[in-house]
Parts: sequence; C-alpha cells; structure tokens
Amino acid sequence: MDAILSFFMTFLPRAVAQSVPLLCGATGEILTEKSGNLNLGIPGIMYVGAISGVIGAFFYENSGLQFIPAVAIIIPIVCSLLGSFLMGLLYCFLTVTLRANQNVTGLALTTFGIGVGNFFGGSLITLVESDVPSIVLSNTSACFKMRLINSANPGWFEALFLNYTFMTYAAIAIAIICGFILKRTKVGLHLRAVGENPATADAAGINVTRYKYLSTCIGSMIAGLGGMYYVLDYMNGIWSNDGFGDRGWLAIALVIFTIWRPGASVWASILFGGLYILHIFIPTGTDMAIKEIYKMLPYLVTIIVLVVVSLRKKKENQPPASLGLAYFREER
Amino acid sequence: MNNEPVAAKKKRSFTIRNPFMLTKRTEGMAGYKSWGIRLIALLLAIVVCGLITLLITGLNPFDVYSTMFRGNFGTARKTWVVLKDMAILLCVSLAVTPAFKMRFWNIGGEGQILVGALATSACMILLGDKLPAALLIPIMFIAALAAGAIWGIIPAFFKAYWRTNETLFTLMMNYVALQLVSFFIIVWEVPKGAGQIGIINQSSMAGWLPWVGGQQYLLNVIIVAVLTALVYVYLKYTKHGYEISVVGESERTAKYIGIKVPKVLIRTMALSGALCALAGFLKVAGTDHTLTTTITEGYGFTAVMVSWMANFNPIAMIFTTFIIVFLDKGAGEIASIFRLNQSFSEILTGIILFFIIGCEFFIRYKISLRHSETKEA
Amino acid sequence: MIESDVAVALRGITKIFGKTVANHKVSLDIKRGEVLAILGENGSGKTTLMNALAGIYAPDEGHIYINGEEVEITSPRIAFSYGIGMIHQHFKLVDVLTAAENIILGLKEPGGMNLKKVGLRVEEICEAYGFDLNPQKKVYDMSVSEKQTLEIVKVLYRGADILILDEPTAVLTPQETNKLFAVLKNMREDGKAIVIITHKLHEVMEISDRVAVLRKGEYIGEIQTSKTNPQELTNMMVGRAVSLNIDRPEPQNRELRIEVKNLNVVSEDGIQKLKDVSFQAFSGEILGIAGISGSGQKELLEAIAGLQKASSGEILFINDDGTSENLIGRNPVAIAQKGITLSFVPEDRLGMGLVGNMDLSDNMMLRSYRKGSGPFTDRKSPHALAERVVEELSVMTPSIETPVRRLSGGNVQKVLVGREISLSPRVLLTAYAVRGLDINSSYTIYDLLNRQKALGVAVIYVGEDLDVLLELCDRILVLCAGHVTGVVDGRSITKEEVGLLMTQHGKEEAADE
Repeated sequence: MDAILSFFMTFLPRAVAQSVPLLCGATGEILTEKSGNLNLGIPGIMYVGAISGVIGAFFYENSGLQFIPAVAIIIPIVCSLLGSFLMGLLYCFLTVTLRANQNVTGLALTTFGIGVGNFFGGSLITLVESDVPSIVLSNTSACFKMRLINSANPGWFEALFLNYTFMTYAAIAIAIICGFILKRTKVGLHLRAVGENPATADAAGINVTRYKYLSTCIGSMIAGLGGMYYVLDYMNGIWSNDGFGDRGWLAIALVIFTIWRPGASVWASILFGGLYILHIFIPTGTDMAIKEIYKMLPYLVTIIVLVVVSLRKKKENQPPASLGLAYFREER
Repeated sequence: MNNEPVAAKKKRSFTIRNPFMLTKRTEGMAGYKSWGIRLIALLLAIVVCGLITLLITGLNPFDVYSTMFRGNFGTARKTWVVLKDMAILLCVSLAVTPAFKMRFWNIGGEGQILVGALATSACMILLGDKLPAALLIPIMFIAALAAGAIWGIIPAFFKAYWRTNETLFTLMMNYVALQLVSFFIIVWEVPKGAGQIGIINQSSMAGWLPWVGGQQYLLNVIIVAVLTALVYVYLKYTKHGYEISVVGESERTAKYIGIKVPKVLIRTMALSGALCALAGFLKVAGTDHTLTTTITEGYGFTAVMVSWMANFNPIAMIFTTFIIVFLDKGAGEIASIFRLNQSFSEILTGIILFFIIGCEFFIRYKISLRHSETKEA
Repeated sequence: MIESDVAVALRGITKIFGKTVANHKVSLDIKRGEVLAILGENGSGKTTLMNALAGIYAPDEGHIYINGEEVEITSPRIAFSYGIGMIHQHFKLVDVLTAAENIILGLKEPGGMNLKKVGLRVEEICEAYGFDLNPQKKVYDMSVSEKQTLEIVKVLYRGADILILDEPTAVLTPQETNKLFAVLKNMREDGKAIVIITHKLHEVMEISDRVAVLRKGEYIGEIQTSKTNPQELTNMMVGRAVSLNIDRPEPQNRELRIEVKNLNVVSEDGIQKLKDVSFQAFSGEILGIAGISGSGQKELLEAIAGLQKASSGEILFINDDGTSENLIGRNPVAIAQKGITLSFVPEDRLGMGLVGNMDLSDNMMLRSYRKGSGPFTDRKSPHALAERVVEELSVMTPSIETPVRRLSGGNVQKVLVGREISLSPRVLLTAYAVRGLDINSSYTIYDLLNRQKALGVAVIYVGEDLDVLLELCDRILVLCAGHVTGVVDGRSITKEEVGLLMTQHGKEEAADE
C-alpha cells in the first residue's frame, strides 16, 4: 500500500505538471472547434504563446528595472496572450473572413508559429546584442513556481493536491469554467449552434462571424498560455528550440478523446501527461533503446482512442457538424 | 415586447447598408486569371518577406533578394543542392496528392518517409555485405515502398471501415515512426553510445545509388521528373485517377456507380505511403547515406502545402516546390550571414503561404458594389 | 394608399442575383386575419420575395411598410422585432439540441438560461393553438411533422404575428396537412397574418383566402380564392393554357420483372428500415411508391440497385425466359456483369447521381469509365453521349465542359435521367424525379417515364405528390414505417385512401399497445 502511495506521490505530481500544456491546448481547441473551426494551427500557436511570454520576461529581467514578482508574472502572461491572440486572429481572418481551407491554414500556421518560436528563441540574443550566453529566465521562473506549501516533506494529501504551481490550478479552473459556459449558458448554447449549423444560427439572429472569431481567438489565447507555462514553469525558464515538441498535436487529439468536453480534459490530460513520462518510471536497466519504444505510448494510445471513438455512433459524441467547413450566407 | 419595434426602427435609420456584396463565382474563373491572382499574391508576399528581412537584419530589400539568389545559385554546388531538395520535396508532394484529391487528409508524410528511410537503412546495414548491388538496391527499393505502403494503409483501413479521423491518425503515425527510428538508431549506433549511425557502408558503398553523368544528385532528379509525369497521367487519364476524383467529390456517387470506396481509399493510401517512402529511399540511398530522426526535414508537412498551392496539379507542383526550396535556401543564407536561427525560412514560408491561402478567396468569390449591380440590370 | 388591415405592404421589390432577376418590382399586401397563398412555379421567386421580408436577403430596390411605416429589414433579428417569422422549407434547426434549446436560440431575453420556464411557455402556446410538442425532445429524434411544429412554435414564442410558411406541406401526409391547416385556421381567427408559399393548387383552394401569383420573378396578379379555380390559377402561374392531365397509357406486354420477397433492411445504426417487404413489379408499367418521407423508400430503391445491404429476403430479377437472378448481396457492378441493366435516378441528384463539380462529359463517364482500354479511361464516347443528351432532351447548358452544378434544377435532372435512360435499362428506379422542377420540366420527365414504360421497362416511381402518383402510376405501393401497407390500383384509389395507408402502420401499433 505504502509503495503504491509513494509511487503516486512521485508520479502524479509529475504527470500533472506534464498535463498543463495539454490541458490548455485541449481547452482552447475545444472552444475553437465548438464554433466549427478546426484549428490545426494550435501547435504553432502554443509556440508563439511560449516565445511571446519568453520575450516579455527576457526584456523585463534584462531591463535593469527593479524586479517585482507580480510584474514578472503579469508581463509574460500579457505578452503570451497577445501573441497567441494575433495568431488566432490571423487564422480567423483567413478561414472565416476569407473562407480558406481550414486544414491548410492550420498547417501553415503551425509551420509559421514553430518557425517564429525557434527563430526568436535561437536569435533573440543576437538580435538585441545582449551579452547573456543563452535564454535562462530563472528569476521569472521562480515566480511562476511559487507554491501553496513549502514543506520539504509533504504529507500525501498535500503532495497530491496542494503541491502545484498557480498556473496548474488556473488551467484546471479555465477548463471547468469553459465546460460550464458551453453547457449551461446561452453564450455556450449559441456557440454550439454556430458549430453545429451556422445557417440556422444565422437565421436565428446569432452573429456567426463574431462567435467564430471570439471563440477561436480566446481558444488560441488559452492554448498559448499552455506554451508559456511549459517554458516559464515546467522548464524553469530555459528555452530550447523544438523543446515543446508534439504537445500541441496531442492536445488536438485530446479533444476527440474527451468528446469535446473541457471538464473531461482535466483528467484526460493528466492521463496523457502520465503516459508521456511513463518511460522514466519503467525500469529498463541499461537498455536505452527500449525506452524509445515506451515513448510511443501516448501516440499509440491516441490512435486506439481515435479508433474507439469512431466506433461509437451516438449523436452526442460526434464532432460539431460544421467542423472544418467555412460558412457563407449564400445569396443564392 | 411592444416597444421593441420602435426601438429597432430608430436604430435602423442610422444603419448604413454594407456597400459590398459577396457572391460565389458560379461562372468559375478563367485559368489564366486565377493563376494571375496567385502570382500577384506571391509577389506581394515576396515584398512583405523582403520588408520583414529588412526589419530584422537591416539589409536593404535589393540585397535581401540578391542574397537569397546567391543562397540558391551562388555556386554550382548550391544549385545542385537546390535541385536535390526540390527532388525530394516534389516527390513527397506528388505522394500526398492522390490522397488529397480523394479528400483524405494524409499529414502522415513524415512517418511514411521515415519508415521508407528506415527500411532502406535496415537493408543496407543488414544485407550490405551479403548481396551484390544489382540485388541489394532493388531489395532496398521494394522494402522501402512496402514499409511506406503499410504505414499508409493502416490509417486508410480504419478510415474506410469506421471513418476514424485520418488527420490525427496519420499524424500520430508520424511519431510512432519517429520513435521506431530512434529505437533502431540506438540499436545500430556506431560507435556504441554515440546516439547516431554515421555513414552507412562508408567503405564498401554498398546500397549507394550510382552517380549519373558524374553528378551525385542527378539520378534523384531524373527519377522524380519521371514520377511527376507518371502521377500526372495517373490522376488525369486512368480509371484509378477517375475513381479517386469521384470518391473525393462524393463518396455517395462513388457507391452509386459501384466503386468500392474502402478499396479505393486503401489502394490510394498505399500508393501515397509508398511514394513518400520512395522519398525516404532516395534520401538514404541517394544522398545522405545515413539515418537520422530529422531526415524528413519537415517535408511531410511542407508537401501538404506545396500540393495544395499547386491546386493538386503535378506540373504546377514543380513551380511551388521551387518557391519553397528557394525561400528555404535564401533565408538560410541570410540567417547564416547574420548568425540568426535557420528557422527564419519557416517564417518566410509561412508568410508566403498565408498570402496564397488568402488569395484563393478572390478566385472563388466576387466582391461587387451593391448599387453598381442594380444599375447594370 | 395602404389599408388599415394591411400588416405588411411590399412595394416595388427587386432582387437580382448575378444575372438572374429573382424579383422584379413586386408589390403585395399581407393582411391580418387572412391566409394569403403565394403561388408560383419553382424558380418564380416566391421564396426570395419572402426571404426579403424575413431579413435573409436585402432587396436591391423597393420599400417595405409594416403597419404603414417604412422599415428596412436587414437581418432575421430585425424581422423578429417586427413580428415577422418565417418557417423555411429546409428547417433551420440544430439537430443535437432539444426543442426548448432550439426555441430560445438567438433570443435576447434578460437573465440566464432557464429551460424550465421556456418549457412552460411552450406548453401554453401549444395549448392555445392545438400543437403537440415535447420541449425536452432532441431534434434528431423528431419526425418531419414534429420538426415543423417546433418551427412554428419557435416563431410564435418570439411573438410573431406575421407567419410565412414556405412549402409547408411538401413533406406531410394528407392527415398531417389537415392538422396543420386546422392550426393555421386557429391562428387566422386569432388575427395573425399568414402567408403560405406553395405550388400545389388544391392547397391554395383549401386553405387560402387570397392568392397572389408570381411568374419568373414578376407579380402576375391576385385573386380571391373563392372566385377562382385550379385551371385559371395554373394558367396564371405558367403564363399560358396548360393541360393538367398526365398521360397514362395502358400497360403493354406486362410481364413479371422484379419480385421482392420478405425483404428486411436494417440501417447502420440498427434501425429497421424495411420489414418483410414483398411486392412485384412488371415490365411495361409504372409502379408508384407512396409514403411519408423516410418510410423506407430510399432503402428499398437502394436495395434493388445493390447499394443497400439487406439482412434477409430476396430480390429476384426475372429474365425473359423465366429464369431469375437474386440481386441481394450484389453491388451495382456485379449486377451489371450479370447482364441486368438497372437504371437508378436517385433523390440526391448532385450528391449521388451526378458530381456537381464535374462537367457533363465526365458525368456521363460515371457509368462507362470502366469500359476504357487497359488502365485508361475512354473519354470519347461519354463526350458523344453528353452531346446526344443535350440535343435530345434540349438541356440548356453553355457547353459540354460546364460543371453540372451550374445548371438549373430541371437541366440537372435531364442530364441525370438522360444518362440513365441511355443505358437501355430493363428496370428504371426513380426517386422524387420531379422535386423542385418547374411544370414544363416535370412534364418532360413524365413523358420520358411513359416512353420507357412503352418500351417495356419496369419503372418504379417514388413520389411525394399524391396527385401526381394517382395520375401517373398504374399501381401504387404504399410504405409506412418500413412496412408495405398496401398495393393498390392507381386508377381507382382516392388520395384519402392512400393517405390512410401511409399512416396506418403506426396506428395499428398504437392500438396494440
């Protein structure tokens, strides 16, 4: 019993820490998809969210101004929100206003976003001719890593439930609030109607364009926060190119896994976070190769989930009916 | 309730009707016009790219383009590298095209290239000292294509019978392939603990594709040129090509005329996967002679956009491939001069794509002033 | 200028789409306590005109007066605010939402979402006019007539006193139609202004007080219903005297061609679509199939055409020498390989029968592409066929290379029927062959069917307009909820009798419970 508990006490917090970017990405993409926009640009948006936060923090840390923790937290968050908002806006302009193909736009946005992230991550220091050798934002990161408890040897309850950074709780809260809005409010009802049947929503007097823009941009901002969390919190403020990896894509897969319910994505992202780090906990001895096989787990599970979801034919479990299609009020 | 109409009326008197009217072009647009719009978008994009480069590096726009040009054609060697990369990117773009015409969103090109490269490397490593080149190379070729076909068939099978989302399925297959390659790289690493394979069969050169006309890359270029023509004919003039178009346009029509949709899906994805794997084969056997996890250079994704930009036309794809490779090399040259990150090219590629994606709107829709329209009638 | 009982006055409304003039200077009054029928052929601009009132399209020219005051209606929301509610032909409902959720969609009522309160008000409305609606029911579980009820309640919930119904009876049984008309009469008594858009003359005669006729976008005139008759209205609608009779020659050389025995079909989601269906179809006759939409007509035709899996039963094709082939388990290609030519004109012309984005020639190739040599397709003969069809059926098209989606409904249908007939079929299956077609095109199609009948083809005609079924078909098979409730003689049966058969099965079951 004790062995299991102590395993969980080390495993669960790490899984939760891994889950936050996935959760943010998934929540953001659910909001987006509910409006009928399939945003495959989320991975790129999360990179942009991350690098925008990093740039903000970098300038603040190196500005020589007095370092105030509250400001050190707010600046990267605002920068990150702004960066991912602009990406969301670009996506909306292309797919909603110009009615471009959503898949291609999303992929282009991902190429662009990852490029922006890696370019500024790799060139920021050259560009501003700074004398620091690499981007390490330990002061900012320390602010992001403040916790509720500071005990070196926490009890099981504290270790499992209280031992997280504020962004973790914020991500969970955002997911739950989004779930509530979608399910219980008129705004949510209207948003669902837009994603299901935009022509009907339009005829009912709902501004389809506004809902698509708003939900996609807000969704992008939530996803972008996940990218920022990864660098400033999880990675202790150290930027590494391509470090964020494929989490954006997994977040999109989570959307299907949770059948478009932000509430469910809380535990689903923790599950995926666990799968992501499982290879560390599986004893493999000196065989380094086999670890690479274990790293396949999240992807294999995603594939299995996709197949299982496709086997369920219930009406409620289907994607929003207009997902991926541009809406045009046909004047004949 | 009764007050509402009055309120609405008052509000109305201030409203100005949107002066623009948007209509779908039902008449279609002449081919030269639509390509003209795309060309204008491309030129605008190049101007914007120049401006952004100017902002970041301080280079004047003229220097930007000449540096880019030098990055591509500065030396004979550079020109050959451009041709080499074009061949591979074009090969992948041609590979994904049949799937897209079928409205099957294969973004698993990366994985399909990787398994092709993996199968090729495996044959070279395991059979390199056992078989003569005349036998080894065909075996490598078949193994690569078979591996890619399998990688393509798996998602197609589930899509065909259970309508499983192919976009995410093929995407996840990329990472499964990536981990598989990582696994074998550690298994075959030279020396132990190096984390890389190094040049395969460096001394014997077993399994290396021959040089043609004294040029290392020429064979790849020729193979892909032939492939372009074949894919063009396949899509346009064969029964398979016709079936792909019908399935892509409407699965119900396909069923109605007795096309077995699952069969077409699986067959086409086998082809798509195999051609992606061909790119992996050409890369390992023809140019790189090694296996790495980054051997795909993101071409699996880039190809999606190359193919789409060319409107799924294999001949036009030669041109769109060139644009992407040109930008990549050009931006790379600028980045290395200014000690900037190589990802600069991805930003420029992204900008070009946004312009071209956006310009499709002006091809598909007509914007007109409301009043001029009524006067005409 | 405008009388006091006029709720809405339209003056000089013009609407142009590209090069088509949908409405040209139309003026019209809608009065309270009256049912106005707007009569016109498909494409005459009646829906466009009413859409201008409902805020879907803004007219290019003209004025709209409500209660004597000029207004500009630029969105559905503004239309609601003037009490105008339109029930579209294609229901504007969100499938995965409940009735109550659909009702409050887009409404700007203060406060949060209180579905219970909505439910209570819905019940009030239902009681006042005699509707039957469950606010908690999801739309995807509803029958067509329930969906229509929901649409009407939705409009009333918004306080509409001017109701516009676009082809409301197209999908209803005669009994459901009667129920709807009773409700409409209640609303008329209540002082509401009601407009129904229709092309069915007997409905105009039955429900309306006044008729306004449109033709090719022009306002032709209006008349009190009590002072006119169907023939006069038709002449106004078409613009010249037309005979309303459809030819029905006696069947020649009638021989058993198709025999269906105890056919059962279960859909992918486990719903029994056809239950123990048995019937015979003969060469040289037209067998009509009547039923409420979704009673299994589609599945029946698709099962015969080899497109739908059957869980049990037999579909026999009887050759001239008396031998027979079972079609079950064979796909269209396998059926054709047996030397059986089945032609099928499906309901969904551009989504199934034709490919909208392909040109005429490529669409002809759908049936013949396998005939090319080796791996290549033969492109010459489809081109020749396309030219022949255009010539013989006088299809209006700019060229053979025009994508078919750009053609008008009637021309699309001619292309489809032309291709199917060119196969020289032994059996011709048609589903809703004249839906959405104007009177001229409809009669062209009836002629084509009769010509096939004379050639000894077994024609199966699935229709929705009972008047047409009763005039065209030799025998009529009635389907109800997947059961055959009767095979009757088309010459002697009445519409009411067919209507009863169309709903019979559900009633028997209800009685059993």
